[in-house]
Amino acid sequence: MELSAQRLKGRVAFVSGGLRGIGLACVERFLAEGAEVVLSDLDAPDSALATETMARLGQAASYVSANVAKEEDWERAVALVKERHGKCHVLVNNAGVDLTGAVESLSMEGWRRIMSINVDGVFLGVKHFTPLMAESGKDVRGGSSIINVSSIMGLVGMNEVSAYNATKGAVRLFTKGIAIEFAQKQTPIRANSLHPGFVETPLLKAGFQRWVDQGFAEKPDDLVAGVVASTPIGRLAQPSELASAAFFLASEDSSYMTGAELVIDGGWTAQ
Amino acid sequence: MAGRLEGKVALVTGGTTGIGAASVRRLAAEGAKVFFTGSKEEAARALCEETGARFAAHRVQDAAGWPGLIDQVLGAFGRLDIAFANAGTESGDASIEDVGIDGWNNVVAVNQTGVMLTVQHAIRAMKANPFGSGGSIIVNSSMNATRPLGNYVTYSVTKAAVCALAKSAAVHCGQKGYNIRVNAILPGVVETELIMGILAAQADPDAARAMYNAMSPMGRMAKLEEIAGLVAYLASDEAAFVSGAELAIDGATTAGMMGV
Ligand SMILES: NC(=O)c1ccc[n+]([C@@H]2O[C@H](COP(=O)([O-])OP(=O)(O)OC[C@H]3O[C@@H](n4cnc5c(N)ncnc54)[C@H](O)[C@@H]3O)[C@@H](O)[C@H]2O)c1
Repeated sequence: MELSAQRLKGRVAFVSGGLRGIGLACVERFLAEGAEVVLSDLDAPDSALATETMARLGQAASYVSANVAKEEDWERAVALVKERHGKCHVLVNNAGVDLTGAVESLSMEGWRRIMSINVDGVFLGVKHFTPLMAESGKDVRGGSSIINVSSIMGLVGMNEVSAYNATKGAVRLFTKGIAIEFAQKQTPIRANSLHPGFVETPLLKAGFQRWVDQGFAEKPDDLVAGVVASTPIGRLAQPSELASAAFFLASEDSSYMTGAELVIDGGWTAQ
Repeated sequence: MAGRLEGKVALVTGGTTGIGAASVRRLAAEGAKVFFTGSKEEAARALCEETGARFAAHRVQDAAGWPGLIDQVLGAFGRLDIAFANAGTESGDASIEDVGIDGWNNVVAVNQTGVMLTVQHAIRAMKANPFGSGGSIIVNSSMNATRPLGNYVTYSVTKAAVCALAKSAAVHCGQKGYNIRVNAILPGVVETELIMGILAAQADPDAARAMYNAMSPMGRMAKLEEIAGLVAYLASDEAAFVSGAELAIDGATTAGMMGV
């Protein structure tokens, strides 16, 4: 049995929210496996972060500034991928934001905003990439692969996290719905959801800071200590550990996996 | 080197045929040293020649034989990093109304007690690994853990039970700081020799095959290598934060209803 060292050679991947955190780790991993990657985020193309990151990532990566909540931005992103690569085998719907607070204190604007990014963003990505991915998937064992980033918060509820719970739960079942749809129509696209536990990213840090500001704890480190204590593996996850799962779902190795949930939480939801 | 399991040692129970044999092949191809068990000695000899793996005849439910088996693995390779609790049976099983006590006990012994013994002895060996405690244990459950079969009550019950066992072991190992991960995989219908045999024995094998294929929205059964790919991922350090998880690999069979 021969196994190659780079297992995404010849593949094209799109990662939303790719400038930071889990998204960036996915981009880096896909590149290391030989793929060409287009990443999107909100930052302007000539922003310091975008220019530095793209210079570091090299020729196989390209950037498009696009808001996942806007349909015209997705149309632009797909057009760019088509023009540049003519195909797309992997889509990681990763961009996401959080929102916490007592349910009676949440504003309608806040609710709409998180729904538009975390839920509309995933729907629009799938809708606009499906035709291209269906075409590209014909040449690949197991077909193309859509990886939707949900959360453990899409599996269980949590105090003052209800809006985020709602968005991630929606991503979980939307993924199962399209997985069955594609499979039944013999459309060569698989779709699975990723359920990270607590990952050391800018999103987590910002969220913990907000809880500190609201008086839930004295400092962010106290909250980290609490999370670590409640996680059987006893630490936070690194973004690369989510990227390795996304890589597995992107590769031929997961060719029979569709409609499945990949939980990466150090045992948090097992207890 | 392409191998992602270089330097690791794996134990696969029920490794002479089916998913077990495919996993022996894949783990070996990734660079692991593999030890496997089972009772079909002839198939085992061929697989050893093909992959360089080692074999010991052992039945998973044989509690007294476990310490000796682990001694053999450690004697051969000096450590244990990966255990795939794969051995399973439906021999003697039937519906709740018809199952006999011997059939029930046999399936419980292999599918449930055998998995418990595998996980227990693997943890004991992994705890004592040179250069520190650590390892990855993979339990082969089934999609029938969440979608029980009417005609196979014991099989369904034991496959659900080992999911809880995997989670309990994962939480225990995490809390103890052992650096040992435990996960369950839930395959759909896989094209094993066993299934092929059942199909061939039908009056109309083609119709039977079509029926099995149609169970999954994907319209086909899983190939052995596809399950082994998931086993290899969970066995590797790629899955270092994955523990206590249940991974469905069933072509969307349990994702919902196929609809009209
Ligand atoms: N960090 C965790 O602990 C954790 C846990 C579970 C799930 N998640 C999920 O993982 C995903 C990534 O999270 P992260 O921790 O890497 O967060 P992050 O904030 O570090 O990165 C998210 C990226 O998405 C971008 N983004 C936000 N809104 C966007 C929009 N409208 N259009 C385009 N890009 C946008 C951000 O600019 C950022 O670069 C999110 O969906 C998040 O909900 C994270």
